[in-house]
Amino acid sequence: MHELGITQNIVAIVSERAGSRRVTRVTIVIGKLSAVCPQSIRFCFDVVSRGTLLEGAALEIEEIDGTGECRTCGTHITLEHLYGHCPCGSHDLIRLTGEELLVKEMVTA
Amino acid sequence: MCTTCGCSGTGGPTVTNLNTAKPAGDHVHQHHESGSHGHKHEHQAGTTVSIEQAILTKNDRLAERNRGWFLGKHILALNLVSSPGAGKTTLLERTIQDLKATVPLSVIEGDQETLFDAERIRKAGCPVVQINTGAGCHLEADMVAKGVEKLQPVSHSVVLIENVGNLVCPALFDLGEHAKIVILSVTEGEDKPLKYPHMFQHAGLMILNKIDLLPHLTFDVAKCLTFARMVNPQLPVLQVSATTGEGLQDWYGWVRAGMEHYK
Repeated sequence: MHELGITQNIVAIVSERAGSRRVTRVTIVIGKLSAVCPQSIRFCFDVVSRGTLLEGAALEIEEIDGTGECRTCGTHITLEHLYGHCPCGSHDLIRLTGEELLVKEMVTA
Repeated sequence: MCTTCGCSGTGGPTVTNLNTAKPAGDHVHQHHESGSHGHKHEHQAGTTVSIEQAILTKNDRLAERNRGWFLGKHILALNLVSSPGAGKTTLLERTIQDLKATVPLSVIEGDQETLFDAERIRKAGCPVVQINTGAGCHLEADMVAKGVEKLQPVSHSVVLIENVGNLVCPALFDLGEHAKIVILSVTEGEDKPLKYPHMFQHAGLMILNKIDLLPHLTFDVAKCLTFARMVNPQLPVLQVSATTGEGLQDWYGWVRAGMEHYK
């Protein structure tokens, strides 16, 4: 359940930037290969934000698809998992997207 | 995906019915039509502030601080990760017994509760601090910084960090180590690398432990290594038994080679 700690980080980052302003919306970016479950973040956010400037804020989660490039033949492919294989048969892939874990922006009142 | 709240049927747990052999794709929201779903949003005017900051920035910065500190003291720090019961502590005990005469070692033990593992390490003859994470399922960089402050490892030594037994969460948290070492025992399934790919992907070394038990098991070593290299094609693998000592010279050779980097 590392999502609890991750959500604490989200709330800390936004609180620091908010100063004394109330936050009405937070947008985060989670790659689909990042091992972080958006549903768990959403659950934790309600609990962790309680009593902070983020209490009651809407949480937007943008999910990024996994993509990779084959080191052998250079083909770009979509990745459903952290591993995959290229049509050429190689498993040796460079992951290009899907591992993002970012606080993107906030809306303050 | 709902563009207002970002809720989505993907990225969360999925349920697959093997009788129909089709991913059910069930998810808790009912999207009746585009842009409409089971809850309302209040659209408020406000000031949008761009942040664009990695969520794990704080941990990553503290990990870099640890890494710099280790480098300055010529210390090889290794982060040992596995599921519970794979034999991390037994491997450490044996490593301490075999190397302590020639390599200065110290240990940071991570467990949710108890001092049991730290007591085992102390009996093996090595300085040790125990970090109890309580509800936490993994060690983080600040815990290691505090552990190191208590441990005061000597220069030109090896610090072995035994993470909480968990093949998921510790993968995400850099502690400032030279490498993560994933330990898999042959009493587990050979498909663990595919079930927990993040850990195997982040590892710099895999140790396959308890190989003395192979004659009694149906564990397929070749299949396990194929799975591990599907996730991490460059992953070196050592096959050992921490109980009988088989293969441990290769592990000690790997540690000594690592120490050369920090001379």
